[in-house]
Amino acid sequence: MPYKRLFLILFLLCWLAGCSLPGATTSGATEAVTLTVFAASSLTDAFTELGQVFEGQHPGVTVQFNFSASSDLATQLAEGAPGDVFASANTRQMENAAVAGRIASEPVNFLTNRLVLIVPADNPAGMETLADLANAGVKFVTAAPDVPIRGFTDQMLDKAAADPAYGLEFKTAVLTNLVSEEANVRQLAAKVVLGEADAGVVYKSDVTPDITDQVKVIEIPQVLNVVAVYPIAAITDSASPETARAFIEFVLSERGQAVLAKWGFGPRPSNDES
Amino acid sequence: MMKADLPFFRRFHWPDGRLVIAGMAAVMFFFLTVPLLAMALRALRDLSGMEALYGRSVGNAVTLSLFTTLISVSIVLTFGTPLAYVLARYHFRGKRVINIFVELPIILPPVVAGFGLLMAFGRRGLFGPTLQLVGVSLPFTTTAVIMAQIFVAAPFFIRTVQVRFSAIPRDLMEAASIDGASTGEIFRHIALPLSTPAMLAGLVLCWARALGEFGATILFAGSLQGRTQTMPLLVYGALERNLNDALWSSLLLIGMALFALLLVHWIARQVEIDPLIETEGE
Repeated sequence: MPYKRLFLILFLLCWLAGCSLPGATTSGATEAVTLTVFAASSLTDAFTELGQVFEGQHPGVTVQFNFSASSDLATQLAEGAPGDVFASANTRQMENAAVAGRIASEPVNFLTNRLVLIVPADNPAGMETLADLANAGVKFVTAAPDVPIRGFTDQMLDKAAADPAYGLEFKTAVLTNLVSEEANVRQLAAKVVLGEADAGVVYKSDVTPDITDQVKVIEIPQVLNVVAVYPIAAITDSASPETARAFIEFVLSERGQAVLAKWGFGPRPSNDES
Repeated sequence: MMKADLPFFRRFHWPDGRLVIAGMAAVMFFFLTVPLLAMALRALRDLSGMEALYGRSVGNAVTLSLFTTLISVSIVLTFGTPLAYVLARYHFRGKRVINIFVELPIILPPVVAGFGLLMAFGRRGLFGPTLQLVGVSLPFTTTAVIMAQIFVAAPFFIRTVQVRFSAIPRDLMEAASIDGASTGEIFRHIALPLSTPAMLAGLVLCWARALGEFGATILFAGSLQGRTQTMPLLVYGALERNLNDALWSSLLLIGMALFALLLVHWIARQVEIDPLIETEGE
């Protein structure tokens, strides 16, 4: 009989201890902080490296990432997903998060990116220039409406439509060639890498070392190219706002910008406004 | 009191066994239903999203979903029934292995299924070059949507029908055989008529699974309005644009799934078998 009660009490104690364990560690000697960064999928490689360098500079800090399409991230934030920093691939999704009341600091543009056309390495559709994108039967993939890369691709096509060298027929032909609207820019690139699609428009930074030998890059003429700026900001209700601020400063620092450049991103716009 | 002789768990004196069981059961049931309830509540808070249901993209997606699932279910019926019959009526080496592979798509993550389909039927896949010779490219087509649905949904039909086939008394078939009936005649005149309700139930289950197919489709067929964007893909896409649209599209899908389940249960009651609880075949 006494054993039974002891057993139950011990069991309950263990259970309670188990529950409170993660909280207990934060009060340790070196302050253990987990920083959650919501970042656009195009930032996957660069931010993973930035996170490692940042962790090295700040002992006790663990950086966790949530990589997805910026539109997904903005929706998650609007629905109350906990996080500390949001790095979006366009201003609009940053605004969406801000409208939902989840942005704590003034967003800062921290990098520029431009568009390139990629085709599989063996180039099944025989593409040479952007103009070939209008050739009949080219399987062209892009992202769903409201994913930033789609917005930039549409802007580029609009510029081409207004340019006599391409014309409205170019844009119409490209849209006829459209075979799929993928969920995000990395899935779009994957379809080209797999060789299922003939061409796709991605950010220059999406041509990562992992895929450089599996795709051929076709530059998009400067006059048509759209320069994307990525804003970064701290999220409200952050458990560690100082660390969040430190991370953003690190991204803007010379060291942070060097890592971003290594992964194909352009420097942050000199004339900063958001 | 011989408490010490009782098994470990029975030595505890539970407050009231029934209360504990009922409480735990309620927790489980609550967990299973609360997401659906939450969606309905949120959708009702803003009825404006309902207008999205009349939009062209939803119309296209519903039409495409119904069209593709109708075809995939027909194909499963045509080719799945013979497979179920073979697995139920014949004994041969390796049957157990075949059974496992028929069941595998049920538990396989659909994204893996889609990846496998790409590796087999994609342009760079196993059959890609052969298909290209005859001028066929499957990815990004409505055919790819149908193939993805067949792959993930066929096992639900095959397993249901297989169990029914193996429950038909052997004497019945042997008697027919002695009277000179051929294998084809036994299949047509005995096995099929006796299994109609099970086949119907299996078809509805298969249809419901095909209707909800997402992962394999988005990988193998991509997503394009009117061509490959089925209902689940539309919901996923709508999530990026407008939460309310996504909510109402989701409710429409839940409604269709509920309808399918009610149909299965109604058919099951007609023949007093529960298609969702499968008894192991021979």
